[in-house]
Amino acid sequence: MRRYFGRKLLIYGLTFILAVSIDWMIPRFMPGNPIRNMLTRVSVGTTAGASQALYDYYSHLFGLDLPLWQQYLNFWNSLIHGNLGISSYLFPTPVKQVLLSAVPFDIFLLIPSILLSWLAGNYFGAFAARSKWLDNTVSPIGYILTATPYMWLGILLAWFFGIVLGVFPIAGAYSFSMLPNLSWHFIGSVLLHWFLPFASLFLVGFGGQAIGMRNLIIYELEADYSHYLEALGAPRGLIRKYAFRNAVLPQITGLALSLGVIVAGALVTEVVFSYPGIGYLLLAAIQNQDYFLIQGCFLFIIFGVLFANFAIDIAYVIIDPRTRRGMTGESA
Amino acid sequence: MNDQKKKNEFLFFSLRNKKLVAGLIIIIFFLVLGFVGPIFSPYKPFAYLNPLGAQPPSLKYWFGTTFFGQDVFTQFVLGLRATFLVGAIGGGIGTLLGMFIGFTAGYRGGMVDEILNIITNIILVIPTLAVLLIIAAYLQVRSVFTECLFIGFTAWPWAARAIRAQTFTLRTREFVDLARMSGMKPLKIIFKEIAPNMMSYLVMTFILQFGGAILIAATLDFIGLGPTNAISLGLMMQISVLWGALQLGSWWWFIPPGLAITIIVGSLYIMNVGLDEVFNPKLREM
Repeated sequence: MRRYFGRKLLIYGLTFILAVSIDWMIPRFMPGNPIRNMLTRVSVGTTAGASQALYDYYSHLFGLDLPLWQQYLNFWNSLIHGNLGISSYLFPTPVKQVLLSAVPFDIFLLIPSILLSWLAGNYFGAFAARSKWLDNTVSPIGYILTATPYMWLGILLAWFFGIVLGVFPIAGAYSFSMLPNLSWHFIGSVLLHWFLPFASLFLVGFGGQAIGMRNLIIYELEADYSHYLEALGAPRGLIRKYAFRNAVLPQITGLALSLGVIVAGALVTEVVFSYPGIGYLLLAAIQNQDYFLIQGCFLFIIFGVLFANFAIDIAYVIIDPRTRRGMTGESA
Repeated sequence: MNDQKKKNEFLFFSLRNKKLVAGLIIIIFFLVLGFVGPIFSPYKPFAYLNPLGAQPPSLKYWFGTTFFGQDVFTQFVLGLRATFLVGAIGGGIGTLLGMFIGFTAGYRGGMVDEILNIITNIILVIPTLAVLLIIAAYLQVRSVFTECLFIGFTAWPWAARAIRAQTFTLRTREFVDLARMSGMKPLKIIFKEIAPNMMSYLVMTFILQFGGAILIAATLDFIGLGPTNAISLGLMMQISVLWGALQLGSWWWFIPPGLAITIIVGSLYIMNVGLDEVFNPKLREM
């Protein structure tokens, strides 16, 4: 078990270092100059002297006039102190604060949709395998759902339920006429605004999970042990139970691997519904060329995904006894 | 003679497989539409044609017009081209890189495998889109081709992982040992002995990478980090949402691009299931 976690932590540690390095490197080595862009955007370049002074000021502020290795160390240093810079789009709010105000919405949206789609997808997928009627309905639906771009499903739901039927609101996390408070009225509004983004994330995830489970169960039912049990005259339900237990493990690994895709889906879903999570922030940051905010969002996403991966690893150990006994059930 | 027979058998099961044939027909339909469509359309994709703004489909404008009076059909067929380009090049690069890393890691084993495996796992954990976002955000001018490159260079770990695992099981087989003993060079062993035995796997990997690249491109385009000098299906969706197509009820503007992506990627997935059944007799329906 120590080996298992040691390996995982090594990979996550390296990943984090690489991600931070990318975050540091890209603004510095990309063609184009972020400070120039920023200055031309606010069009202060009226007089050459003023523009040069501002340029020097910002270069110094961002520490761009130091040697590269020192910039790199400074970057890590401020990161460890939780300093992600100041948002230019929401000046003068620190990026950290902007991000922290958005995170609860992401958690509220992502965790239920990931867990529920995983559970429901596996449940239906397991039943669909090798049962004619269910397979002919669940599988095509699953393939269509998993092929649907997240934002398009979001757009369709918003258009149909929000505009055509008018039953759900399609923008914001709660009614614009309310201030956050702890009343039933407010909670109702939050849930009403939450439902459509949740539903679109849930549906796409459900499709993928159901298909994955169906295929795995079919493989397991064709495995030798299943045929052996069948030959012994074991009841069908029992064989399926064993198949399910074996198929759940790769599904957990699969969930960890698809987190990146799910997060990407959540970003665009939030954009469609103007839901004030990281995705919505990111769009605003990109449109306003707020580089600190973009970089902050990037780090936050990476950190979230790594953390979720680690949580899934722990779940894996709880479910698969082989990893606990040191018989590595899964190779890295 | 024997080779011929094998090919016929493959063709026989392929043509009998409804999923494969149906998927292939749909893909070819969209491919032809993407190539031929622009010839039938007299309009330019960004030209402001209709002074009335957003209008539903009519004989003059087959898919209606956008808020700005642009022809949706012209944008749609050009977007299809971009979609297939991203799928083919992005997916192609992803598959080739995945093959390179997967074959090397799987065949060499040992330390090389260990290091490549760690690299693969690291890139697998990083949300690809986040990296693409930050790169794309800093590039002022982007073309469909740069988008393909980005996607290809970040999408390979899936392929590498799968190919490595397959190579691992194949490299200890007798025929590979025999080839090695007869003094064949490693590169030749990989391409003459190992790759042909997992051809089905490679084809399926490419199809998955193709579909994945299309979806990633749509996501990037939708956040506004797509090509800056061309039209794409994701971009159409972004512009339609930004300019209130939802509130105005201009469904003809945002439904075709998303529907096309869904159908294309869905058909690719279903083709893959069909191929799996063709190659793997155990999975065929009884």
